[in-house]
Amino acid sequence: MATIKLDAKVPEGPIGEKWTKYKSSVPLVNPANKRSLEIIVVGTGLAGASAAASLAEMGYKVKTFCFQDSPRRAHSIAAQGGINAAKNYQNDGDSTYRLFYDTIKGGDYRAREGNVHRLAEVSANIIDQCVAQGVPFARDYGGMLRNRSFGGTQVQRTFYAAGQTGQQLLLGAYSALERQIGKGSVINYSRHEMLEVVKIDGKARGIIARNLITGELERHFGHAVLLCTGGYGNVFYLSTNAMGSNVTAGWKAHKQGALFANPCFTQIHPTCIPVSGDHQSKLTLMSESLRNDGRIWVPKQKDDKRAANDIPEEERDYYLERRYPAFGNLVPRDIASRAAKERCDAGYGVGVTKMAVYLDFKSNLINKYGRAQATKLGIENPDLDTLIRLGKEVVKEEYGNLFDMYKQITGEDPYEVPMMIYPAVHYTMGGVWVDYNLMTTVPGLYCLGEANFSDHGANRLGASALMQGLSDGYFVIPYTIGAYLSAEIKTKAIPTDHEAFVEAEKATRERIEKLINIKGKQSPESFHKRLGKIMWEKCGMARNEKGLTEAIAEIQALKKEFWSDLRVLGDIDGFNPELDKAGRVADFIELGELMCIDALNRNESCGGHFREEYQEDGGEAMRDDENYMYVAAWEHKGESQWELHKEELKYENIKIAQRNYK
Amino acid sequence: MSWLTKTLTSSIGKKLLMALTGLFLCTFLVVHLIGNLQLFKNDGGYAFNNYAVFMTTFPVIKIVSYVNYALILFHAFWGLYITYKNRQARPIGYAVVKNSSSVFSRNMAILGTILLVYLVVHMSDFWYRYHNEALPYVQYTEQISTGNVETTLMETGYTQEAKKVESFNEEAGTKTIIVKDLYSVVSFSFQNILLVLFYVLSMFAVAFHLFHGFQSAFQTLGWSHPKYTPLIKGIGIWIFAVLIPVGYAAMPLYFYFLK
Amino acid sequence: MTINLKVWKQKNAKTSGNLETYKVDHVSPDMSFLEMFDVLNEKLVQDNKEPIAFDHDCREGICGMCSMYINGQPHGPLEGVTTCQLHMRSFSDGDTIVVEPWRSAAFPVIKDLVVDRTAFDRIIASGGFVSVNTGNAQDANNLPIGKDKADMAFAAAACIGCGACVAACKNASAMLFVSAKVSQLALLPQGQPERESRALNMVAQMDAEGFGACTNTGACAAECPKEISLDNIARLNREFLGASISNQEV
Repeated sequence: MATIKLDAKVPEGPIGEKWTKYKSSVPLVNPANKRSLEIIVVGTGLAGASAAASLAEMGYKVKTFCFQDSPRRAHSIAAQGGINAAKNYQNDGDSTYRLFYDTIKGGDYRAREGNVHRLAEVSANIIDQCVAQGVPFARDYGGMLRNRSFGGTQVQRTFYAAGQTGQQLLLGAYSALERQIGKGSVINYSRHEMLEVVKIDGKARGIIARNLITGELERHFGHAVLLCTGGYGNVFYLSTNAMGSNVTAGWKAHKQGALFANPCFTQIHPTCIPVSGDHQSKLTLMSESLRNDGRIWVPKQKDDKRAANDIPEEERDYYLERRYPAFGNLVPRDIASRAAKERCDAGYGVGVTKMAVYLDFKSNLINKYGRAQATKLGIENPDLDTLIRLGKEVVKEEYGNLFDMYKQITGEDPYEVPMMIYPAVHYTMGGVWVDYNLMTTVPGLYCLGEANFSDHGANRLGASALMQGLSDGYFVIPYTIGAYLSAEIKTKAIPTDHEAFVEAEKATRERIEKLINIKGKQSPESFHKRLGKIMWEKCGMARNEKGLTEAIAEIQALKKEFWSDLRVLGDIDGFNPELDKAGRVADFIELGELMCIDALNRNESCGGHFREEYQEDGGEAMRDDENYMYVAAWEHKGESQWELHKEELKYENIKIAQRNYK
Repeated sequence: MSWLTKTLTSSIGKKLLMALTGLFLCTFLVVHLIGNLQLFKNDGGYAFNNYAVFMTTFPVIKIVSYVNYALILFHAFWGLYITYKNRQARPIGYAVVKNSSSVFSRNMAILGTILLVYLVVHMSDFWYRYHNEALPYVQYTEQISTGNVETTLMETGYTQEAKKVESFNEEAGTKTIIVKDLYSVVSFSFQNILLVLFYVLSMFAVAFHLFHGFQSAFQTLGWSHPKYTPLIKGIGIWIFAVLIPVGYAAMPLYFYFLK
Repeated sequence: MTINLKVWKQKNAKTSGNLETYKVDHVSPDMSFLEMFDVLNEKLVQDNKEPIAFDHDCREGICGMCSMYINGQPHGPLEGVTTCQLHMRSFSDGDTIVVEPWRSAAFPVIKDLVVDRTAFDRIIASGGFVSVNTGNAQDANNLPIGKDKADMAFAAAACIGCGACVAACKNASAMLFVSAKVSQLALLPQGQPERESRALNMVAQMDAEGFGACTNTGACAAECPKEISLDNIARLNREFLGASISNQEV
């Protein structure tokens, strides 16, 4: 195989003009030709649905695939807090540059400038587009859109729809997609899982997908293939991802030559509901927006057994406000998560497991909302009960569903007692490497949304995932795909009896048969759990050389055990969730190994990647810009073998500094 | 298919027909009750029997009453048809069902069927006999100046062409009419405890049917509003599910216990 | 706790099924209902028996994938909660719980507790959208929307498309689902241009899918995990009838 040369293809010119110039000079495909060009979109979350709908609107023939029973169920739906956009509706000094700057800084200077600036530029269009689709964003009485603030920023630029922003945005994109399905310009394949990328002459030309109802393997041709398959947080078993979220599509692409970048950059979200027992199957996020109005604290005294409400104010340690007075409870996620872990490890944790901190709404309930409401209603000298009651009404409106959800899961009422939270795996900044066009190192194979590595560097700011997914799908790929497809107009649809398809299907079938024929003793679920434990303990919130080395050996052993003792019951030719799960776990195991290798390679602490060897005296992360200011893109070279390619990052528009939220 | 058939055969259109016919039948219930309240008049059936003649002879009322019969039949069979179609939407039922809706709302078809049976009995008891059987006649002589009415039963076998024969005696200042004595048929029928029970129980069916039916019709018409819907629900419950059935049920009870 | 389960087992759409009995020991009150199924399935695998197939994904009550009819109620006994958010603390030790799939001609069983809900997608495809191509939008604040209208639209838009309304309705009617989408867009200025055709087309598609007609029992709203209001159904009736009368097509 020829050596891969990484070329990000970021256009020349000043940062603010790159995208504009690119758009006016990128080759176009004329409408007649679009009709004969076929595009496969795998995944129907924000990125996939928006891309599929937009491309179909332009005239391309599109096929979409999702493993869920409907495109509307993709896990983008679970995003709660909001979506950023540099609209400056609040007149608080926001601008494209500030959003760009905040994102780069929040990402700890490990993201590509060109991509991030483009993201900031199109952010405003996303809000316009979604509103036009009928997405019911929160509004003021005058009818104008509301904003709230989110971690890592000092402006209010987050648009939201109660605690269901992801749902509303996804339903908007889904409705646009369904409109195209209704018109016949998109064919959707639900309950289908992509299991292989088919390459012909080095270019991606289609996929092998398994019909999850009948078990049949299907061959689908496309002039281009778009992977919009989300993140790989489930490698940790417990995460806020959906149960079905998986890395399989990205991983198959990786094995077909697409480089996988920065796999160790995983985001641990600071505000999740703590684990309650061994049976736990997933973790539930409490939106970061809650940090707007909740104060995080632990008792000042170690192992304090008193109930939260019995601990007096002066005995509470509001450690984020103490350590980061400028940003307080609104520091970026990685910092908030590590600070929680630091307190718990030091013995100040609360709850039964002592692995939790308090997120307390009382003071804002009373002082911020209660008082404002009392003033509004003209109640003079309101008593505490009135303030609490008034405050509750406001909070209910802002976060009602989140509070209900918390109560449902834990059995405790967060209006009365502080929430208990602990960090949990939430998002993966790493992913398939893509260039400025969102194309992977396999020509014709694109990767959008969380599945790619592109815009968030080492840490993603809150409310930016929705922004990136929709930006890629609505406003980037419709332009950039033209650069590739304009040269493909002469390529006729390749019949799927082409030998490449036959071969790919055969290999896929053999792998499935292998999985089901091991006939060992352990379920896919149990292997997944064990992998997750290794990853969380040794490649989780804090990592070190020893742990990572051990983890690599343990994962390799686990892999061996998996392939010799797996038990997959049920039929190969029917609906079989066990079999689906087995295939996904197999890929997670391989990815887990690469994550540890990447984490071991990166001898620095930055963003979501915290190496215990590299920290300042105060426990703050220590970046090494001299040696690690690059994207680590890994090429698969065979079993447990990878070659590192570096994409050096150049910052021409931002002065690099140690992140400071103090 | 024309737009109208398309609309009326859609799932919402089918319900619209139920709602509109149902509401019409509700107005009929009110009118019928008010008319029948004359049974309670202690005048030997003078007012009631007169009313019966009016209802069966006045052309407009006659037309309306035939429309009414047709709509009753339509409402009943259309309802059964919808129920049958709705059953098809769930070919395999549940082993366990714990309902969160009211028992009345779920059983409109059963209540309606009870009412249909009731109507057959009711119509054959009174309507059919009034129209087709040799009922006894009664003669009322009203002293016009005082309004006093003297009742004389005609001898058995008396019959007349017209529904009502009316004559005036100017000297005596009286008005005399001879009409079929439906009143005494009613009075006699309701001495039968089984019939009384059947009627009273059927009025429970009316109550339950309207408890859901009245407000449901407005919902089907799309007339839902935070200000007015509570009013409609109140009317549906207190007037149509309580007052009207009680009014109707009072009639057989009145005759059984007080006559 | 120990829980006895009677669960619908059905190999595929072509075969018939039956209720099978299972016993799950060591159930923690903090487990979610689905985690209890995970435990059971793990045990079944150990016993070399095929696990029970059920739909689930996000497990935080928003994706709408989970769909169990528990003891005669969709999503179980609690109000405003999906199956995945139902916890075992809502049950008692020794309880027998009957779990069945959604039942509707329009939702054929795929396997065990898994049903095919693509009918909902087809209904949305028939009109549950605003026809606006990417790039056509005006500035978002050029379209002021009063807070009350925006809030009502949002409340309707909260539908997760799980199908509990169909499962709960004695007629297996999809009116609540359809009305939620029609209401959301009818309440917003963006939805006005296609308001009539949307109501007409979505109702036509709903009927074509084989759902029953609404008889206003209110079971759908009572069982809806997102507490979508019956007012939406009234609005759909209004929209549909109004559109039928005023629409230009003959």
